[in-house]
Amino acid sequence: MKIFRLPISILMGLFLFGMASASVIAQGSTPPPPDGEVREVTDNEVNSIAREVYCPVCESTPLDVCQTQACADWRDLIRTKLENGETRQDVYDYFAEQYGGRVLATPPREGLNLLLWIMPVAAVIIGGFFFSRFMKNLRMAGGDGKEDEIETVETAVVPPSSSPIPQSDDEYIAQVERELSK
Amino acid sequence: MSEEIESTVEKKSFSWGSAAVWAAVISLLALLGFGLMRSTETRPEAGETAPNVELKFFDGYEWEGRGVSSLEEMRGNVVILNFWSSWCVECRVEAKELEMNWKLHEDDGVIYLGIAHVDVEPKSIGYLEEFGITYPNAPDLGGTAAEKYNITGVPETFIIDQEGTIVHVQLGPISTRQLEAVIQSLIK
Repeated sequence: MKIFRLPISILMGLFLFGMASASVIAQGSTPPPPDGEVREVTDNEVNSIAREVYCPVCESTPLDVCQTQACADWRDLIRTKLENGETRQDVYDYFAEQYGGRVLATPPREGLNLLLWIMPVAAVIIGGFFFSRFMKNLRMAGGDGKEDEIETVETAVVPPSSSPIPQSDDEYIAQVERELSK
Repeated sequence: MSEEIESTVEKKSFSWGSAAVWAAVISLLALLGFGLMRSTETRPEAGETAPNVELKFFDGYEWEGRGVSSLEEMRGNVVILNFWSSWCVECRVEAKELEMNWKLHEDDGVIYLGIAHVDVEPKSIGYLEEFGITYPNAPDLGGTAAEKYNITGVPETFIIDQEGTIVHVQLGPISTRQLEAVIQSLIK
């Protein structure tokens, strides 16, 4: 299993790094306005949040390009929330709570949603494991006598007194067997 | 000798790593199966038990003075569960009729219950005020009600009898005539 340690460590490192970066990006950096003041919000700010939210009515349409009244209402709501000093993350949290995590392009990392983050990494690790096993079996089938399992079985099966390479009159086969046993 | 061989082979063939990977594979397949089953779920139909939903009513639109309630607590009454939205044009067709019908059956053990689907609260309140709606109404928090009833659009109306069984499903606007036909058969 030693051969899996390095790739698994790299994958886990990348996964944790990705989660930390996404979290930092999602925090947003706009400071809240002083009490009672309304911050001026640009369309770009609204759209940058809206493109991470999906239309509740149309299938797979981000809010920033959706033309339905429902989407227009949601965009207005985003603007109002930003004007009141709420952060990008506050807006996402509100939408997830109010309409369910599925309206977000990046669902919250909690509950069953965590599986969306874990499954791809798990699939890569498991895939790597099976690929490595497959390659190992291929090598074994190719006659790599250094493999532990084969060595054990061979030692147990072949009596110590007998020759490791069976005698053969055919010089070619004998040559092949000698090469394979190296 | 042969026992020795078998035990050697057995020891080598079992590995905790493999067991863990197989367990992970089986778990992933189970999850995928669960997801597939959920994605093929259909809308509850007449004759099926109405799924329970927890509701947090809009201020001023509570049920019997309770800000929070559930469909289960309404058992023993006929429930007209109506999904609507302020941006929905067809909902406007039935809004006044629903209110009129509610007034007609308010004292007959019939509960009219509106659920605002993917709507913005100020708009929902504006809509309720515009049509003079007075029966209990709540937002669909987290979209759970829409998910349980598998609605595909608004308006959709589910008429639920006193035992909690769905007796009528209406896709699109519902008319007074349709409501009366079902309600009269249930409150006899």
